[in-house]
Amino acid sequence: MLSPAPALDAMTSSPGGSLLVLSIVVPVAGVLVAFVLGDRYVRLVAYVAILLGSAITLAILVALPQSKGPIVYLLGTWSPPLGIALRADGLSAVMLAATAAVICAVAAFAAADFPPTATKTRASFAFWILLLAIWGALNTIFLGGDLFTLYVALELLTFAAVPLVSLEGRADTLWAAMQYLLFALLGSVLYLLGTALLYGLHGTLDIVLLSHRVSAQPAALAAAALMTAGLLAKTALFPLHLWLPPAHAGAPSAASAILSGLVVKGSFFIVVRLWFNVMPGLPGFAATQLLAVLGAAAIVLGSVVALRQQRLKLLIAYSTLAQIGYLFLMFPLAFGSSGKLESGGALAGGLLQAVSHATAKAAMFMAAGSIYATLGQDRISGLGGVGRILPISVLAFALSGLALMGLPPGGAYLAKELLLQAAAEQGQWWWAVVLHAGGIFTGAYVVLVLAHAMVPAGRQTTSGSAAPRIQEVAALALALCSLLLGFLPWEAYLPIPLGGGSDKLGFAALSKALLPLLGGAMVAILLGRWELPPEHLSRWKAFLEAIDPVRRAALAPSDLIGRCDDVLRQWPTACICLLSLAALFAASMLASP
Amino acid sequence: MSAVTVFGICAATMVGLGLYGLITNPQPLRKIIAFNLMGSGVFLLFGIIGRRGAAAGMGNDPVPQALVITGVVVAFSATALAIALLLRLSQTTGSTTLKTGVQPSAASDPPGG
Repeated sequence: MLSPAPALDAMTSSPGGSLLVLSIVVPVAGVLVAFVLGDRYVRLVAYVAILLGSAITLAILVALPQSKGPIVYLLGTWSPPLGIALRADGLSAVMLAATAAVICAVAAFAAADFPPTATKTRASFAFWILLLAIWGALNTIFLGGDLFTLYVALELLTFAAVPLVSLEGRADTLWAAMQYLLFALLGSVLYLLGTALLYGLHGTLDIVLLSHRVSAQPAALAAAALMTAGLLAKTALFPLHLWLPPAHAGAPSAASAILSGLVVKGSFFIVVRLWFNVMPGLPGFAATQLLAVLGAAAIVLGSVVALRQQRLKLLIAYSTLAQIGYLFLMFPLAFGSSGKLESGGALAGGLLQAVSHATAKAAMFMAAGSIYATLGQDRISGLGGVGRILPISVLAFALSGLALMGLPPGGAYLAKELLLQAAAEQGQWWWAVVLHAGGIFTGAYVVLVLAHAMVPAGRQTTSGSAAPRIQEVAALALALCSLLLGFLPWEAYLPIPLGGGSDKLGFAALSKALLPLLGGAMVAILLGRWELPPEHLSRWKAFLEAIDPVRRAALAPSDLIGRCDDVLRQWPTACICLLSLAALFAASMLASP
Repeated sequence: MSAVTVFGICAATMVGLGLYGLITNPQPLRKIIAFNLMGSGVFLLFGIIGRRGAAAGMGNDPVPQALVITGVVVAFSATALAIALLLRLSQTTGSTTLKTGVQPSAASDPPGG
């Protein structure tokens, strides 16, 4: 169904357009060249591709503020609806930059874990190829201008992420990869079904053209609901998280950093594109509230279950679950009085949160990887003394934890300020409460881990080999990067309102930071799993006896949430949740005027 | 009832059957087949949409055909990846039933670092 394209700006290629193609071509070319040259040169090829790709990302970052509006490239100079466009706006640029930063840090971290001439050559060959493939797929997601290109890129991302989970080939990681793949496929079929319906209605899948044509017909609402539900399954938002904890905790640390930091952001970004760019007027008040309710539930469940974990990597995986919930709090706050989603401060806050989570969580997994490699295990109760053996890694863990908590001048702090400001403007105070609670919960599991890492060593057995210094430094650099994000000039790329989060180092900012720290310590004492050596606990005996009844009362709901998590991670429950969510979204969109 | 309606109902039935199989079957192989059935339903829907474009006065809308071909390639690679994973799984464990809801922390050997 061809119709004359309406006169839109950004319908012809702009000067920097070829940069967009290059940012996708370079990683993909790296994959192909690595296959030709074989495993001896795979790491070299990966490094060259990563350097080139980072340079291209920098060039896009420089070129974007100079061009008026987004940078556009029309493939083969065919314009939509028949052709395919690549577009880079501020959101894409920010995500491209964050991805490049995390990929560089992980590449530095993985240099020692996956050398080209090792005994397990195949795993190392696969790792570097998959790393480049994930990068190419993510860049396509951030730049893709139509919904079908986004579908293909999303599938590429899944196909590259699933083998990363099972890189070590053990039975439990193979199970995790299988479950991840099957659930992701279910999500992507729902997304494809939605695109089919949208094409049938409007004769185009181009994001800009669709945004002009889409209207609140029942079929369009059904399409939006199906696509949203499918994407949420791939993002692992509560209650669709059955695949995430085993997959992210079982993968090798460098892979976990990529999976937790970047891969879930791919499908999140498509949700943002869908709701903000394709159909800002369609979802309505009820659907945005529903999305954020799921986010709030994810924060509570993820954090409480994280506090119950015995292993560090599982704790971080559940923390990812909670942080994913945090990302979805921006949707109701962006819902303006005009009855549609506005690209304002709330959107900027959500994207900033995504970027700071990407960097901080990758740093956290890398620090945990160094700890695992040195201790030979990652039980939280066995972390005693690690602060003395691996001071840099523990510092990296602490700094990334502080960044996640929203301590100034981190990116998460700026994000929280923007979201709180939007909540105040909209009069939706309940989301401000959730935002603060999220910070406190994050503080709780960071304090829990650091408290265990700081106690003197009991009977310390370091069965593993010492982590190379470069790994620790890579994690620390990424954590510092996350903590200093607040100083970057975001106004050029994100719609930040004037005066938003301007106070980054003042007394007021620092005093706000005390809330998550102190509150977190309280929650950690009440809900955490404390397995410190008995001689260490005896000093606190009187205090522990005093709070014992409160702690017992707090542990009962925590047990209940843990059991609830077990039920939700059953395959049939998760699938039925997915379908009910699609129905709920459709109903809530239909109900809104 | 026009041909478009009949095929539309067929597509909806295939998606529904595939969904049912994906939810209820515990064996991964059957889940993979159910996924393919669901995918075929969606591809049939794309075909109908192309046909409806034809009904609107054009020869035939070629874009949905291009989308279906791409979609088939993606579904094929997904199936290949899933089967490869399943083969590896049955070689490693000797069983191919998806055990759901297993505590990840209760796994016998600790996941890697």
